[in-house]
Amino acid sequence: MENSNINKQAILNYLNSGKRFDGRKELEYRDLTIETPVSNKAEGSARVKLGNTEVVAGIKMSLGEPYPDSQDKGNLSVTAEFTPMSNSDYEPGPPQIDSIELARIIDRGVRESGFIDLKKLCVKGGELVWNMFIDIYSENADGNLLDAAAIAVIAALKTAKVPKIENDKVLFGEWTEHNVPLTEMMPLVVTFHKIGGKMILDPTYLEEEVSTGRITIGVSVGKQERIHSMQKGKEEPMSAEEVEFCVDEAFKKAKELKTKIDKLLK
Amino acid sequence: MSSYKKRYDGRKFDEMRPIKAQVGVIPNADGSARFSFGNTKAIAAVYGPKQLHPQHMQIPDKGLLRCNYTMMSFSVTERIKPGPSRRSQEISKVTEWALSSIVDLERFPSAVIDVHIMIEQADASTRCAGINAAVMALVQAGIPMKEMASSVSIGKCDETIVTDVSKEEEDYEDGEGATDMPFTILSNTKRISHLQLDGKVSQEKFSEAIKAAMKATEKIHEIQVKALKNIGEVIEA
Repeated sequence: MENSNINKQAILNYLNSGKRFDGRKELEYRDLTIETPVSNKAEGSARVKLGNTEVVAGIKMSLGEPYPDSQDKGNLSVTAEFTPMSNSDYEPGPPQIDSIELARIIDRGVRESGFIDLKKLCVKGGELVWNMFIDIYSENADGNLLDAAAIAVIAALKTAKVPKIENDKVLFGEWTEHNVPLTEMMPLVVTFHKIGGKMILDPTYLEEEVSTGRITIGVSVGKQERIHSMQKGKEEPMSAEEVEFCVDEAFKKAKELKTKIDKLLK
Repeated sequence: MSSYKKRYDGRKFDEMRPIKAQVGVIPNADGSARFSFGNTKAIAAVYGPKQLHPQHMQIPDKGLLRCNYTMMSFSVTERIKPGPSRRSQEISKVTEWALSSIVDLERFPSAVIDVHIMIEQADASTRCAGINAAVMALVQAGIPMKEMASSVSIGKCDETIVTDVSKEEEDYEDGEGATDMPFTILSNTKRISHLQLDGKVSQEKFSEAIKAAMKATEKIHEIQVKALKNIGEVIEA
């Protein structure tokens, strides 16, 4: 508690003079690296580093029945685990609200953007479809797991291959030459934190701890520019102007991120 | 041109469903209220401030507001398994954030205020109805508040912005399909304490949605105030 207050004051003083502990500007991301694959047993997987934050995402697929309300589409499931090894504040046990929230925000972005062409993941209409499991783990949590996780999921999906099937059964460990069917609409997530009246991007864990307001904006920047998911987090309210500023900025940052991701995955 | 030209239930695009509000509905609670948007019925109860246990959860310099949102198993067509789901845990958390900012928690160091929200019947916008009921319950419980808050769900069916989304509108599929944007707006400062979005919307349409939310929540606020001035009475609008 004491320590947090001292840090908070120091972070505030720095921000008020236009600085951050690591020398970044308010709306500047840390360095991004992407590594694929993480596991050669996965259909696709990726490790993303944003500064010291490290997140891995993996894709596994299986065959199953379609849901009653989507007979001709593959199924999608997203989970996330904030592992105890990634931060001393995280404890083992059932998923806590932070990781549930992260998984649900990523799920909404992937689903609503139509990034995965779920219609093409139907094997036999009404009978047999692909289940897509996207699972996310934090390996080192130093802030902004949300944005890092979205990038890891995109990288894992972009490098994923569809497994082979024989007699309506998956031949696990054998893959076709086909990529997972994706569209142009890359679902990125840009999260803003409010600290002492300043809006910052890509906070470190320390900055995240002292932030009082958060807004997460999921957008896609393909041929169209659309917002797909949004979530106001933490207690401090924001004005309509602040929210609109963040939306505007989110599109700019998402375009920059998309260019970086495309380059890193080449 | 948008493919959604007329609302399923004949409402104007900026018109909410009939609202009912009633304060003081659970005698055991320190504060309680019901709020409904058409067929969506929510009930909320507030207990506290009271001592928080276990002790290690106490915050020395301020109180804690805890929120618990539950849909009754029979509130929807297909029975919901009782107990917390990922969805209900997320809604509980965003409701907690939405309400924590309006309660003067500095006045209750180490204490807790529990807010329980239950949905009896669901027809979209359940979290908004729940927040509207919870705000009234907090006021009735006599808890010092900085301002009040009102919540409404703004939708987009294809290119048409609609106020207070119904279930049919939530499932709209033509054109750009349906987008759901629940907003909670504070009564005095007009700041946004809760905002979610799920769907597909351009920057321009989102700005339009904010305006629709500001307008609708003003009306909801009036109803909440009227219900609080007439405890026990069902206020309809």
